[in-house]
Formats: sequence, C-alpha cells, structure tokens
Amino acid sequence: MTRDRYPPRAIVVSWAALMALLTLTVLGAYLPLGAGNTVLAMIIAAIKAALVAAIFMELRERNPLTLAFACAGFFWLGIMLWLAFSDYATRPNFPPAMHWGQ
Amino acid sequence: MRQQHDVAQLGMWVFLATEVLFFGGLILSYCVYRSAYPAAFAEAARHTKIIIGAANTAVLLTSSFLVAWAVAIVKLRQSRFAAVLLWGAGVLGVIFLVLKGIEYGMEYDEHLLPGLDFFYPGEQARAVGLFFSFYIVATGLHAIHVAVGIVVLGVIGARARQRAYSDAYHSPVTVAGLYWHFVDMVWIFLFALIYLPGRSG
Repeated sequence: MTRDRYPPRAIVVSWAALMALLTLTVLGAYLPLGAGNTVLAMIIAAIKAALVAAIFMELRERNPLTLAFACAGFFWLGIMLWLAFSDYATRPNFPPAMHWGQ
Repeated sequence: MRQQHDVAQLGMWVFLATEVLFFGGLILSYCVYRSAYPAAFAEAARHTKIIIGAANTAVLLTSSFLVAWAVAIVKLRQSRFAAVLLWGAGVLGVIFLVLKGIEYGMEYDEHLLPGLDFFYPGEQARAVGLFFSFYIVATGLHAIHVAVGIVVLGVIGARARQRAYSDAYHSPVTVAGLYWHFVDMVWIFLFALIYLPGRSG
C-alpha cells in the first residue's frame, strides 16, 4: 500500500465523528428528557448531515454558486414546512367546522 | 475542464434539490401526523428494530466514507485502488438492503406492515398504522435510491478499474459520490424520525 492511498485526514476524522454522533443519538434517545429527546435527535441529525455535506460532499471547497444551489432545496423545504405548520398549528383557533379531519 | 467539472457538480445539486423536496414532502406528512398523534407515534416507533436501524446507519456512513476516500484518490492520479473503494461502498449498500429486508420480514411477522398484513391491538391502531405507512413508504423509496446507487457505484468502479479517471477527468466519480452521500443524508434523518422516538418512556 503506497502512501498516497491513505485517506485524507479530514474524511477519517469526519467518519469517526459521525460514528460518535450515532452512538450519542442512540444513547440520548433512552434518556428521560421528555420533549427534549426529539430536539436532541434532530440537532444531532442536523450536525451529521452538515458533516456529510461539508466534508464528504466537499461543499466547503465549492464556489458560492454551487453553495447557493445546494442550499436552495433546503431553503424551499423550510418554506414548505413553515407554511404547512402555520396552517396546522393555528387550526384550533378557528371554529370546529373548519377543523382538519372532520 | 475545470468549468465542465463545476457544471457537472451544479447539475447534480439541482437534481438533489428536487430530491430534498421529494423526501421533504414525506417528512412533512410525518410531522403533521406525529404532532396530531404524539403518543401513538412514540408507541409505534418502539416497535421498530433500533439495533438493525443503528447498524444500518453505521453501514451507510462507512460506505459514504469509502466513496469520499475514492474521490480523494482519483483527484490525485489514475488508480485502480479507487475501484476497490467504490465496490466496497457498493457491497456495504448491499449489506444495508439485506439488513433492511430482514427487518421488513420481522415486521411482516409482527403484522406491522400496512397494505400487506397490518393488525394492531388497542385504540391507537389507526395512528400506529399511519406511522407504519410512513415507515414503509419512506424506507421503501430510500431503499430504491440505495439500489440505484449500488448499480452506479458498480459501473463507476468498473470504469475506475480501467483507469478511466485521473486528476484531469473525474466528474463521474464526484457526481456519483454526491448522489451516494445524499442517500446517506436522507437515512440520517429517517433514522432519527423512525427509530429514536418513544425510547425513553
């Protein structure tokens, strides 16, 4: 095995960090945190996804245009989630006749 | 060549943006029903096989690591070793699907798969059915993406073995890598939404 076959340090460190985060998120799920369990799980998932995007997908090395394209999907997803939830979250404020599922 | 490489990357990101919204729509439906039936979703999630789910997460993350390594190597020089890494990643993809199949088999035996054989005792049956409907559609669509990725990795690996890629030309490897990492990223979120809720109760 020649020396230039070694994986770059950044991706080895990322892989180790992803495995550590996986262990952390599984253990964290069993802690009695109430609603905090979901928050913890989603924060760890977001950190894992960011690591994959920045290091494995090499976004940290890309030009601003590629970055903008990469963020676009998540931006529109954010709008979709925001509008959908402002709908479902406010339905209880309206008369029962307008309730969802009736 | 530099510009061609950038354009190939950009094109893949445009495709991935459509995929974000595709899986995002599914996840939105999950969030709406989970907020409507929080207790039932926690109860349903406890029936998922967290050991297989966690093992599969590790398998996909490691597979992504191998692809990132292969990309790093082909960017430096022609290398047949990159083929070993790409095929290794593909083999891990196959292991993922085998484990997923075993998991589906266990859930089928427990009558948890809506549309095939669903029976759940208790008053939460309908909402638990909603959870498992999301489960089978989301993981099924993800598994199709994994299967496509395995074929792509196989083909790209074969081309790498023929020394088709070098520091001057390696867009197919990086673009295939982007797709594979994205499939990994989708699983990261599916794992958190499907396997982790309801464990501390």
